[in-house]
Amino acid sequence: MTSRNHTQGSAWTPGLKQSSCFSLPSPGTRDSSGVRGFHLDHQLQLLPMDTSEKTEVVLLACGSFNPITNMHLRLFELGKDYMNATGKYRVIKGIISPVGDAYKKKGLIPAHHRIIMAELATKNSHWLEVDTWESLQKEWVETVKVLRHHQEKLATDSCDHPQRSLLMDRPGRKRKWDEQKQDSSPKKPQEPKSTGVPRVKLLCGADLLESFNVPNLWKTEDITQIVANYGLICITRAGSDAQKFIYESDVLWRHQSNIHLVDEWITNDISSTKIRRALRRGQSIRYLVPDLVQEYIEKHDLYNSESEDRNVGVILAPLQRNISEAKHSNPTA
Amino acid sequence: MYQVIEGIISPVNDSYGKKDLVASHHRVAMAQLALQTSDWIRVDPWESEQAQWMETVKVLRLIERSRSKTADYPVKHLPLHHHNQLLKSSAQMEDPDPSKTPSASAALPELKLLCGADVLKTFQTPNLWKDEHIQEIVEKFGLVCVSRRGHDPKGYILDSPILRQFQHNIHLAREPIQNEISATYIRKALGQGQSVKYLLPDTVIAYIRDHGLYSSDGSWTGKGKIS
Repeated sequence: MTSRNHTQGSAWTPGLKQSSCFSLPSPGTRDSSGVRGFHLDHQLQLLPMDTSEKTEVVLLACGSFNPITNMHLRLFELGKDYMNATGKYRVIKGIISPVGDAYKKKGLIPAHHRIIMAELATKNSHWLEVDTWESLQKEWVETVKVLRHHQEKLATDSCDHPQRSLLMDRPGRKRKWDEQKQDSSPKKPQEPKSTGVPRVKLLCGADLLESFNVPNLWKTEDITQIVANYGLICITRAGSDAQKFIYESDVLWRHQSNIHLVDEWITNDISSTKIRRALRRGQSIRYLVPDLVQEYIEKHDLYNSESEDRNVGVILAPLQRNISEAKHSNPTA
Repeated sequence: MYQVIEGIISPVNDSYGKKDLVASHHRVAMAQLALQTSDWIRVDPWESEQAQWMETVKVLRLIERSRSKTADYPVKHLPLHHHNQLLKSSAQMEDPDPSKTPSASAALPELKLLCGADVLKTFQTPNLWKDEHIQEIVEKFGLVCVSRRGHDPKGYILDSPILRQFQHNIHLAREPIQNEISATYIRKALGQGQSVKYLLPDTVIAYIRDHGLYSSDGSWTGKGKIS
């Protein structure tokens, strides 16, 4: 697939990809069982013709959330609007997964505060939730493992609640059509059908995308798995270099159909670093973070020069791990 | 040294005639909702309730006049009337004790016009402002101008003889954390059915939805099932 979804709001019209693998009867033809006939030579991603058949998506954001800001929350809203507007997806949930303390980033305050702030921030949201699994692990967890954890959890949930998704995500596409055949009586009311287990995708800003280039920060195989098996929804400032970045990476280029770039037209510079700096300088952060978060920070005096000095001189966990693993696999290096 | 004691938003009159301006009672209501949780900023609907639009400088004059008449004022209840910008009252406090009532002349709060750098630029637009009004604003009152992306307030000041002359009375406030949420963008997003959550207070979003404001077809149905 080479579809490129770069423009926010451009709705991609669902339809069958023309390829030699398909032989499609003339539109509207149905066989005696009422199903449009297809001949599948290969397992291919079947694109939904019926607009009520959408892939359910869960947006997962990993990060320090130190603290969570309105910018983080905006990423979710932008990602959801974009994916829904393609007509191909329906975003059903957003998950905020704050990193564990073992990440050892400079200025990182204890996870329980960051979790509480994220929960306060999403109190009034019907679809955003905070997940503590990652932060509760003793060691730092690679992002791809967090994605895997949540994807497996969704698959298990689907097993337990089969009415949630009609079809299990199985390799054999023919099974899907068999089940659809039984189901496609024209008298049945049209309900939005899901195409299997909801898919988890990584939601991020351009900074995460560009961090792929930082030496030893990411394992190449992890990046590959993220874009190949899950997918990236990257919110970028309009006119940023994200497209160029993808072009210059073989791995990203190969999986570009799974990387969705979403334009952010509002210059939103509300980084956690700047929030912490403003707090140290006695400047107001009102209207940059949710009110409840601002009150919580104030009440607990969370961010000051001492907190910013946490983990000074300590090497970041992914760097530590990747460098030492490289040494073990190549002791002469 | 200044101490800011109050901030007021006064939405402009409907007869200003700006494109996409919804009825003033809505704009006042939304501002009130937005400021429910603020302990120092409030809304004044007076200007929007008048029969016609009035120039900014006249609004400032009116406030000055009403202030000087009031000998003893609990500051938060002053009837301040102004343009659609936020006006800051700042008092030079020699005595930091807030419970002491300042004498009428020494501690009369200074009224300043708060605006974005884009407004400063509009001083250059032909026929939009009278030169003598601009001078009165910067000479008698003062300006607090917040930076905005794509604007060069220092440059605007240097390019204007009037502004240059009174630049000591023009305070350029920098915005260390850029957050360029323009109302134009908000209206456009709403018209396209896109989410504006976390850009506006939830109460304002609910108001917009309940009253069907800013939608392309006059009725905004929200963002779908999950919001």
